[in-house]
Amino acid sequence: MIAWTKRFASLALLFSLVALQGCATVKTADARDPWESMNRSVFQFNDVVDTMAIKPAAQLYVKVLPSFVRKGVGNFLGNLGDVWSMANSALQLKGQATVETLMRIHVNTFFGLGGLLDVATEMRLEKRKEDFGQTLGYWGVKPGPYVVLPLLGPSTLRDTLALPLDMQGDVSRQFSDEATRNALTATRVLDIRSGLLQTVDVVMAASLDPYSFVRDGYLQKRRNDIHDGNPPSSFDYGDGEADPK
Amino acid sequence: MSKSDNALFLNRRHVLVAACAASLLGASGLSMAADEAPEALIQRITNETLNAIKADKALRSGDIGKIMQLVDTQLMPHVNFRRMTALATGPAWRKATPEQQKRLQEEFKILLVRTYSGALSQITDQVVVVKPLRAGQEDKNLVVNTEVRGKADPIQLDYRLEKTPGQGAGWMIFDLNVLGVWLIENYRNQFTKEINAGGIDALIASLAARNKSNTKAS
Repeated sequence: MIAWTKRFASLALLFSLVALQGCATVKTADARDPWESMNRSVFQFNDVVDTMAIKPAAQLYVKVLPSFVRKGVGNFLGNLGDVWSMANSALQLKGQATVETLMRIHVNTFFGLGGLLDVATEMRLEKRKEDFGQTLGYWGVKPGPYVVLPLLGPSTLRDTLALPLDMQGDVSRQFSDEATRNALTATRVLDIRSGLLQTVDVVMAASLDPYSFVRDGYLQKRRNDIHDGNPPSSFDYGDGEADPK
Repeated sequence: MSKSDNALFLNRRHVLVAACAASLLGASGLSMAADEAPEALIQRITNETLNAIKADKALRSGDIGKIMQLVDTQLMPHVNFRRMTALATGPAWRKATPEQQKRLQEEFKILLVRTYSGALSQITDQVVVVKPLRAGQEDKNLVVNTEVRGKADPIQLDYRLEKTPGQGAGWMIFDLNVLGVWLIENYRNQFTKEINAGGIDALIASLAARNKSNTKAS
């Protein structure tokens, strides 16, 4: 409970910081990113923490553990995560997705050695990740300003407000033993980051300004996920030049 | 409906099926003469490209010369890369000289090929599944949704095409979506920022510098 209060306090602090930052203006401002200068600082901070601690830890994790063990860890955590995805599919009234995710959890828990094996995917039961931010988006809540959270990375005001619920809904945080909870969280960070080792390098190599590249990519991806892969196109394809070769 | 009518109806359907089958057979014999359906084209290009990558270790290990060759022979004939670059550049494209437009396309192409060439090392047993076309799409802006399936989570890969009768295979790709992110939309801000700071030449210079540092890093 104390940990929960602490987290809430830090979130509140973050919001006051963010609110203060609202006064600052940035050149070539993007309407979706009014807190750009604040966000850029946090982005840089995250980058430093990542370079110093998280990335080396993830590289070590990949080096030390054989891939079948890492795969098992990823599957196990993924199975726990499916529970909250199922709840959110249900909240979005997606009947088929809810039932299929329920079947995934059953199949993987009972036939996949408690989730270590992802038998369900091999049975063509597709994994569908849903979180509460997506549920809010589904019901028409606008994303609001873009926010870069310390350590957690890209988000929006809507997704940030949904975060406490996502954390509550995370089965891996339901264990009563605090050591177990922390170990699971640490493992998940390593699992996620080790899966992104190449992706992050690609983003750095592909962009001219990594900050806005990540921001634009994140905002596009969230819209895509809320619309299950087919968001209405908002980009003006007539604006360039369509002359023949 | 009487019994004889019903029989007639069935017969007609059989004739129709037979006619369709015959025309399909005929079309495959003529191959490129008739324009392919967009989803058939995407399936063909992706299969051919995947097979080429699976068959050649040099491609998977990131041999940039060979990858560029594969891109030029397999993909570029189906891509309107000039339009892609123009759209990523935005209104400033029209003010650029032909020479600047040419340089911009060259540098942008190198950047994209380098970006994706790293992913080729991950290709083992993947297959590309082309999803049924969504109804009600326009010929000048049509999205084909596909999914790359393998051992890991499926990867969303979509293509935006325009109908170009008599050119290429009848359709040209002008945008690409990886995991829910459209390429052109994501590059528009990157390009605009550079153009606002120092015009088209600054953008070309930044792209060239980025490509140079990527070459060193790999």
